[in-house]
Amino acid sequence: MNNKKIRVLIAKPGLDGHERGARIIAYGLRDAGFEVIYTGLRQSPEQIVSAALQEDVDVIGLSILSGAHLSLTKKVVDQLKSNDAEDILLVVGGVVPEQDVASLKEMGVAGVFTAGTSVSQVAQFISEQVNA
Amino acid sequence: MYKGARVETIVSISWETLLDGVKKGNVRSLARIITLVENREPGWKDAMKSLYPLGGKAKIVGITGSPGAGKSTLTNAVARDFVARGYTVGIIAVDPSSPFSGGALLGDRLRMRDVVTLPEIFIRSMATRGALGGLCQGARDIARILDAFGKDVVIIETVGVGQDEVEVVKAADLVMVVCVPGQGDGIQALKAGIMEIADLYVVNKADREGADEVVADIGGMLDISDNGGRPQPPVIKTSALANQGITELVDALVQGFESGRNADSWQAQRVKEEILTLVETEILDYLRENWERTGDLDKAVEGILEKQTDPYSVVDSLLPLIREASRSKETT
Ligand code: B12
Ligand SMILES: Nc1nc2c(ncn2[C@@H]2O[C@H](COP(=O)(O)OP(=O)(O)OP(=O)(O)O)[C@@H](O)[C@H]2O)c(=O)[nH]1
Ligand SMILES: [Mg+2]
Repeated sequence: MNNKKIRVLIAKPGLDGHERGARIIAYGLRDAGFEVIYTGLRQSPEQIVSAALQEDVDVIGLSILSGAHLSLTKKVVDQLKSNDAEDILLVVGGVVPEQDVASLKEMGVAGVFTAGTSVSQVAQFISEQVNA
Repeated sequence: MYKGARVETIVSISWETLLDGVKKGNVRSLARIITLVENREPGWKDAMKSLYPLGGKAKIVGITGSPGAGKSTLTNAVARDFVARGYTVGIIAVDPSSPFSGGALLGDRLRMRDVVTLPEIFIRSMATRGALGGLCQGARDIARILDAFGKDVVIIETVGVGQDEVEVVKAADLVMVVCVPGQGDGIQALKAGIMEIADLYVVNKADREGADEVVADIGGMLDISDNGGRPQPPVIKTSALANQGITELVDALVQGFESGRNADSWQAQRVKEEILTLVETEILDYLRENWERTGDLDKAVEGILEKQTDPYSVVDSLLPLIREASRSKETT
């Protein structure tokens, strides 16, 4: 009997202490049937990618409200590349100005979710991308 | 660029390649094999068969205790200490799946930050997935994979609520029960069946008031209990946050590796239980598949609800199917 579950890592890179959004998304995705690994605040890109590899997640979700989304995401992407792990779906949420969304997508981010995002939107996006 | 990429890799990377990767110490192969075995993907049993002879060397430590007792913080400290002594460590952190959504929030890594990037350590979070008796087996399988990968010590952390969780630690060679001061009735809260399998008690959060009382309580309880000729389990005070008592704890664990329940009789009992669990799951899976195809189960349920039959008669009428299942297993 096969019982596959979609596994998602939710992490907050850098020194950003705004945790509410990340928690809401983590609990929400659990209630939507995902297995969510929550690693909490102040994670380095190395820690995030190392956790993602060990947990064999399908998705990494970064929550960034500090304004440092471009540089932090870039570092995570670089880590993924050097570990040959670009097949892991990467999404970013938090405070991201409209004009930065394209840059993030160019780096390889599959989706960007800002204030007011509903959990069901995120859940649907992930399900579609992973099962595609 | 990501669309579907991962699905493709899962299919295209063969078990052989992954097993080879595990033998060569590749972390990604290890992580992926765990996923596939956990999901019971076709071929999982053959993979376990080829991993089995590679293991048998690791010592498996089970940690249980009430929610928030400090199990993850302790695991972090203990793992770090083991690494300092030259051991490699695998950690399996079990959290419950939601019975409603089937999802899970796996948060033990929050307290294991010091060790996440140490190359000697591999941490895997695991949801219970509401498995019928299969939970223990799931943890056992992952422990075995980590063992085959070459980890010297495997720590299984599980929440001490519900009988299922107590089952998990049965996969361990050594069981450590974590208590804390100020939990109202203290050790009264210990789960039924825990005392019988505890090899070691830890009173954590000893930086708080009341730790000595808990130690005394446990001592008193042990004095009056009959532990079948096994050595009296040690009781160790720790403060995982302040990193106090950890050396003593790891000393006791190392000592326990040599004695403890590694007795042959216990091993034989465990192997027996494992075989029965595996067989049970196989038969149940087979029957479920069959019933889903034929609709027999739904029909039976309907019959019972309409008071035309009863659950006992239904089971009796299904027994031939079980016999058939065992025959088909013999021939395949
Ligand atoms: C509440 C708040 C705080 C609280 C935080 C409490 C806490 N523990 O979380 C406190 C008062 C502590 C605080 C402090 C600071 N804050 Co503040 N804070 C806010 C505020 C008003 C709301 C944030 C919030 O909780 N929103 C509610 C949650 C639910 O929404 P959310 O986080 O956006 O999450 C949603 C989406 O973004 C998305 N999402 C989020 N994460 C993820 C992850 C994934 C994977 C996905 C898919 C989706 C997703 O889904 C969520 C649900 O819809 C914002 C303003 C704003 N417009 O966002 C400023 C804001 C984030 N703060 C700001 C600043 C500057 C600070 C301080 C530096 C102020 C100071 N000088 O001291 C400090 C820094 C604290 C720190 N250590 O990082 C700035 C950041 C500027 C920037 N990005 O350029 C903001 C934008 C205010 C502003 N307009 O200037 N802050
Ligand atoms: N004062 C004190 N607090 C501690 C100690 N060890 C852990 N804690 C705190 O206790 C809380 C729970 O710790 P965890 O390690 O997450 O406990 P746990 O038993 O793994 O929790 P669950 O996995 O949720 O059951 C955290 O806030 C820790 O910081 C300790 O020795 N002293
Ligand atoms: Mg824990």
